[in-house]
Amino acid sequence: MERRFMDSQIKGVSTGTTILAVTFNGGVIIGSDSRASIGGYYVSSKTINKLIQVHDRIFCCIAGSLADAQAVTKAAKFQISFHSIQMESPPLVKAAASVLRELCYNNKEELQAGFITAGWDRKKGPQVYTVALGGMLLSQPFTIGGSGSTYIYGYADAKYKPDMSKEECLQFATNALALAMGRDNVSGGVAHLVVITEEGVEHVVIPGDKLPKFHDE
Amino acid sequence: MLEEPSEPGWLSEEVTTGTTIIAIEFDGGVVLGSDSRVSAGETVVNRVMNKLSLLHDKIYCALSGSAADAQTIAEMVNYQLDVHSIEVGEDPQVRSAASLVKNISYKYKEELSAHLIVAGWDKRGGGQVYVTLNGLLSRQPFAVGGSGSAYVYGFVDAEYRKAMSKEDCQQFVVNTLSLAMSRDGSSGGVAYLVTIDEKGAEEKCILGNELPTFYDQ
Repeated sequence: MERRFMDSQIKGVSTGTTILAVTFNGGVIIGSDSRASIGGYYVSSKTINKLIQVHDRIFCCIAGSLADAQAVTKAAKFQISFHSIQMESPPLVKAAASVLRELCYNNKEELQAGFITAGWDRKKGPQVYTVALGGMLLSQPFTIGGSGSTYIYGYADAKYKPDMSKEECLQFATNALALAMGRDNVSGGVAHLVVITEEGVEHVVIPGDKLPKFHDE
Repeated sequence: MLEEPSEPGWLSEEVTTGTTIIAIEFDGGVVLGSDSRVSAGETVVNRVMNKLSLLHDKIYCALSGSAADAQTIAEMVNYQLDVHSIEVGEDPQVRSAASLVKNISYKYKEELSAHLIVAGWDKRGGGQVYVTLNGLLSRQPFAVGGSGSAYVYGFVDAEYRKAMSKEDCQQFVVNTLSLAMSRDGSSGGVAYLVTIDEKGAEEKCILGNELPTFYDQ
């Protein structure tokens, strides 16, 4: 299989990974795999959680260097809770994404991490933002990221529909993660999914053997 | 960032069919599909190249990788198959054609960089698809190749079902090509399809604006 080398040369532990976030009618689902690897040949953790809660209804997921991502999300979490106290109201998802973007853009030489921020707020409802490696911020109805996302661009383009129900969206996200984990050697483990709606936050963990299987498995 | 190049890229860059190719078997034949873009670095040097090359009446191959290498292999195998079929006095088997391709790919593995998918119909085995990447020979129910194939692994894994009809296979190929062409910068143009069964080979060309569109197009 000829594969263009998609990962950058990340030193140390990296989350060669598959992450995604999808809006549906009334909420948003953010999901990831659970594998952390060193150099693509050693799995340093099979059960890492890449979905970080930065506020009550805002999560972000990380791809790239694990150390960079943890440092950035720690700083972002602090800044967002401070901002929320100052404004005396829950932060907007866009505000959380902006905080991450500022950190990524101002430190773009040293950092090697990309983020997807997803959540629900009173102003605009469910939203998904991606912050790319150099610090670009983009709002999309759904987005995929990480090394495993290459393999599911076709699937996601074909299968995404706007205004899905929660069950349809869960199925879409689970299938996409399972397909990517099946083809990308640095994605794997269990599938972590978080469903965020106005009412609250629900974690779903799907172990490897309960993931949907496709034709050749 | 906006520097003027001293000479156009196509004068110095190698010409490749960075591409998307796919072949799938059904009961009674095979369908092959490809895009039509040939690039030299960042320039598209041919936007209408047919990458489905005839090896024999009912055996075709799909070209990817270096354009010169792939075309040369196809021409050599075409000649060798003609001689072989005269010697045995009947139409060659698909496996023979694939073996000839494999022999060249393996022997000159260091010098060549082309990947051919060989597919066709013969009376002994019906429709068959063989991959010959890097000198291996393997029969598969379907195969994708080229730079664009990475983006549609998830889609083909999810959508392939055993025992599809000829029309379903053609639709599957067209959908896959369309998704890959919309994501891969090195694939594009028109889609070429060849359907091979007992009666012969039927070539078809689907223009860019007649391809199926998906969510964001």
